Amino acid sequence: MSAGTFAPAPGRASMRTIIGKQIRMELLLTARRGEAVVLAMGVPLLVLLGAGLTHATNLPTDDRLGFVVPGVLALTVMSTAFTGQAITTGYERSYGVLKRLGASPLTRPGLLLAKTAAVLVQIVLQVLFLGLVGFLVGWRPQFGELLPAAGVTVLAAAGYSGLALLLASVLKPETTTGAATLIYVLMLSAGGIMFAAPDLGTAGWFLLPLAAHAQAMRDTLMNGASVPLPIWLALATWAVVWLTAAARKFRWE
Amino acid sequence: MVGGDVAAVEVRDVVVRYGDTTAVKGVSLSAQRGRVLALLGHNGAGKTSLLQVCEGFRRPDAGTARILGLDPVAEHDALMPRLGIMLQSGGVYPWAAAGEILRLFASFAANPLSVDMLLDRLGLRKVEKTRFRRLSGGEQQRLSLAVALVGRPELVFLDEPTAGMDTEARHTTWQLIEELRADGVSVLLTTHLLDEAERLADDVVIMRSGEVAATGTPAELTAAAGIDLLEVRADPGLDLVGLRARHEVTEKSPGEYSITGALDTRALADVLAWFATADAHVTAVSSRRRTLEDVYLSLTSQHSNTVGVAI
Repeated sequence: MSAGTFAPAPGRASMRTIIGKQIRMELLLTARRGEAVVLAMGVPLLVLLGAGLTHATNLPTDDRLGFVVPGVLALTVMSTAFTGQAITTGYERSYGVLKRLGASPLTRPGLLLAKTAAVLVQIVLQVLFLGLVGFLVGWRPQFGELLPAAGVTVLAAAGYSGLALLLASVLKPETTTGAATLIYVLMLSAGGIMFAAPDLGTAGWFLLPLAAHAQAMRDTLMNGASVPLPIWLALATWAVVWLTAAARKFRWE
Repeated sequence: MVGGDVAAVEVRDVVVRYGDTTAVKGVSLSAQRGRVLALLGHNGAGKTSLLQVCEGFRRPDAGTARILGLDPVAEHDALMPRLGIMLQSGGVYPWAAAGEILRLFASFAANPLSVDMLLDRLGLRKVEKTRFRRLSGGEQQRLSLAVALVGRPELVFLDEPTAGMDTEARHTTWQLIEELRADGVSVLLTTHLLDEAERLADDVVIMRSGEVAATGTPAELTAAAGIDLLEVRADPGLDLVGLRARHEVTEKSPGEYSITGALDTRALADVLAWFATADAHVTAVSSRRRTLEDVYLSLTSQHSNTVGVAI
């Protein structure tokens, strides 16, 4: 048999290539939804300037920027890893994109890895941008505990990602969008960003991951202190629970 | 490994249920390597559900499916690089351009086809930079087909491949599928277009209400149904009583007799013998062979469940 144009020669490219190309596509499409990205940055920016520079809200400290900026960074992580990702993934499922990717050499762990990596890249860029804006208006953070700050941020992003993928797997895309937005608004109000979070003791860190993350960011960046153990535990629990649930429930269709 | 002895598709007693509805009721079929098998049936006949089982998107509620010898669910990761799958619709990022999508899927394969060649062959060159959501229905279908082929698969599943295409695109697609077969690719396609099945398929499986109604090559299916119309020109006004006892016959106009129904060779001989014993002067005989369409319509119509076609 002479080898024609379509003579079968199946095979999978290296996983590194596949995941790399998928990350590139995820980022390209995110950049293309530019207005959505700007909008996602708009709320944190507004909170940063509004609550950080005016006395619109009562804060438990006189260092308004020192309180608000770390909280805004935590809010951005949630907005990107949770709200944005839940909505995007929900619609990708309804468009059949996930099904199509499932019928390709990209494996399930490969897709989850690519999505996570793309989210992390976005978070790094957003945190750098908001940190720079904060610096320009007078925020002067401590850099001694930068590593623990990055550590809790990765844990928080992982937990949010897991919850986002879980919601997108079990709900319809419209319901996912509604639920993700509602949770975002609730967390924004009660999560200790613009004013102090309700004092629920240690249980509060487990119920309000945004408050826990914001507090950890403040402890490290404002006070140069270490992250309290209950916060590490709360964020680690969120990451493990939601990632495990997402891995079990994630559907291509 | 390309080729080998295992069938392209081997489905045994597959049942698919959605709640109380049984969409596929114990279907068995096998598709051989290097051939084109058409799964023919109305919407709701269970074609897509069966395809979903073959693609590993759905676990059958009973029965087994083996694709290239592998379990499509348990061995999903090993199977996918060897398959080309064209979904019925969608499946593409709305904001990605046609060329970007095809290049993404090409980059997933070890030995991809040339993206430029596919864009040219499928008439997608001029929309290469157009985003998916701005493509016409036919262009979206052709892009889906290109995505299914770009990894040089051994076996392709095409779900209603020419739905929404204009005549020209349909013929291009048919030529492409014929070329796939010539190059040794196995094809399983679903369609409700009879001319598509008749032109492309080596084997046809007709599905009705979740069951296999008939299987065979197009020639076997139409031959089994035989001739379904015989027109005989002879003396006008013959007394048809004797013939009517055994066949459906009418004299449409003086001297023009038509005999309808599934006529096999024996029945034909019987009809002509009757004209002979009637001492008629037969001046013309013409027959119409049943097409796949006739077979299909008689098998799938809700009212006629008794059709003499069984292979």
